[in-house]
Amino acid sequence: MIGEVDPVIVNLTVFVLAIFVGYHVVWNVTPALHTPLMSVTNAISGIILVGAMLAAGPAETDWGVWLGAAAVTLAAINVFGGFLVSQRMLEMFKKKDKKGSA
Amino acid sequence: MSANLVALAYLVASVFFILALKGLSSPESARRGNLFGIIGMAIAVVTTLTLTQNWLLILGCIAVGGIIGALVAQRVQMTAMPELVAFMHSLVGLAAVFIAIAAVNNPVSFGLPEVLPAGSKLELFLGTFIGAMTWSGSVIAFLKLSGRMSGTPIVFSGQHALNLVLAIAMVGFGLWFFFSETTNWTAFIAMTAIAFVLGFLIIIPIGGADMPVVISMLNSYSGWAAAGIGFSLGNPMLIIAGSLVGSSGAILSYIMCKAMNRPFLSVILGGFGSDGGTAAADSGEQKTYRSGSADDAAFLMGNADSVIIVPGYGLAVARAQHAVKELAEKLHEKGVNVRFAIHPVAGRMPGHMNVLLAEAEIPYEQVQEMEEINSDFSNTDVVLVLGANDVVNPAAYVPGSPIYGMPILDAHKARTVMVVKRSMAVGYAGLDNDLFYMDKTMMIFGDAKKVVENLVKAL
Repeated sequence: MIGEVDPVIVNLTVFVLAIFVGYHVVWNVTPALHTPLMSVTNAISGIILVGAMLAAGPAETDWGVWLGAAAVTLAAINVFGGFLVSQRMLEMFKKKDKKGSA
Repeated sequence: MSANLVALAYLVASVFFILALKGLSSPESARRGNLFGIIGMAIAVVTTLTLTQNWLLILGCIAVGGIIGALVAQRVQMTAMPELVAFMHSLVGLAAVFIAIAAVNNPVSFGLPEVLPAGSKLELFLGTFIGAMTWSGSVIAFLKLSGRMSGTPIVFSGQHALNLVLAIAMVGFGLWFFFSETTNWTAFIAMTAIAFVLGFLIIIPIGGADMPVVISMLNSYSGWAAAGIGFSLGNPMLIIAGSLVGSSGAILSYIMCKAMNRPFLSVILGGFGSDGGTAAADSGEQKTYRSGSADDAAFLMGNADSVIIVPGYGLAVARAQHAVKELAEKLHEKGVNVRFAIHPVAGRMPGHMNVLLAEAEIPYEQVQEMEEINSDFSNTDVVLVLGANDVVNPAAYVPGSPIYGMPILDAHKARTVMVVKRSMAVGYAGLDNDLFYMDKTMMIFGDAKKVVENLVKAL
């Protein structure tokens, strides 16, 4: 049966379910971490890197490949910048055990 | 790699992305969450690499982008996080546009048929225009947040009509592209160009303090742009990751709007705070306020049992977070119970204050959200308001006030209120703040950092 279904419908199914997952997961994020949430989601939206790599992928190089290469660079800034800055921020939220509580 | 293996690897990566967001539910698990995100991304990239041929070019570009990203992440000041986030949204938007153009140029490289089917055209149209609007909107947000462009709203008559006409034209060109038998570049380029202009026009009328909403909204857009590209390429991982980001941004926008008690549409239409500026002046009569020195304030705080500090955007501007930490420690040594009260829209992005306080190594147990701490103000000795205004304005309880109904921090219920501010100027909402004129309020004028440093010295 699934073979006869238009792939668009399958994608739509994935899309709707993913929104539900996102909705429930994000409401559980503590407000104190909303800025890291933004930088992590920023890095995750860098997943567009995958599309950029496909655009830059074909062996016969035309201008589309170069456009893809530019997109790869932009998305890579996002992925690396996003995850690293999140790491840096979350490091700051570490508990300072050594100082002890007074 | 077979198509099935690729799809399975993408599924694994998607699960890691969900775990990454799940990790952010508490500070303890957050770093592990971030690690999951990195693992997911690594799986996605390595898998995709097997589908491409120009390894050298692609890896080279990833290296260049990676180095730039790493340098930026390392050097950025925590006070500059909002503009960094806006900058990064713009990159996602631009990348989405580039990919869509490349896909229209050479559909075969994405596994699409040579002549684009109607469904793919529609998806490319959506991905492109959301991407283009994300790019230009984020550029404006970046310029405003970094102070390179004034934060005051830019409004002109017929603004909304112009936007509407452009939006209709954009959809018109999109339909033309959609119904053309061959690849209609004219329509595609015209549509993309209008989307760029529209993104720009939509953000310019929105003022500085509404930026938490704008930046969350652009966060959401960048996710939808990625999901749109995922639809075009028939790639479920892109759809899942994009939807996660999209719903995250949407939820944050909702939380921010709720914290300002303003409908989302009114924030997006913009212009708030530009025409309301006169409302403050017309009350006419001279109101008196008491101003004091840092020494007086230090004396009062040192003798208090409990102090709540309310930070606002002024703290970020003055970069006073480290000085505040010293102040909190000094008070703590004197046996004063010090806590921080964070309003959801304090600062320029969601969670802005929490990050600054965390940077200064203030333990997050001392930092409390509005709902947690609001009932404690009435039995608190001293409230220190640092560069915040509208979020402590009791006018929110007065029917008819422009901010009526906005949830505020009940600083006015404390026994003594101290407000550090540069002048008596009105806040973003253009409203006078009655808190400043109460008998128990003491104004301390000056730059937040200087004042706090003086407080530390006097203690």
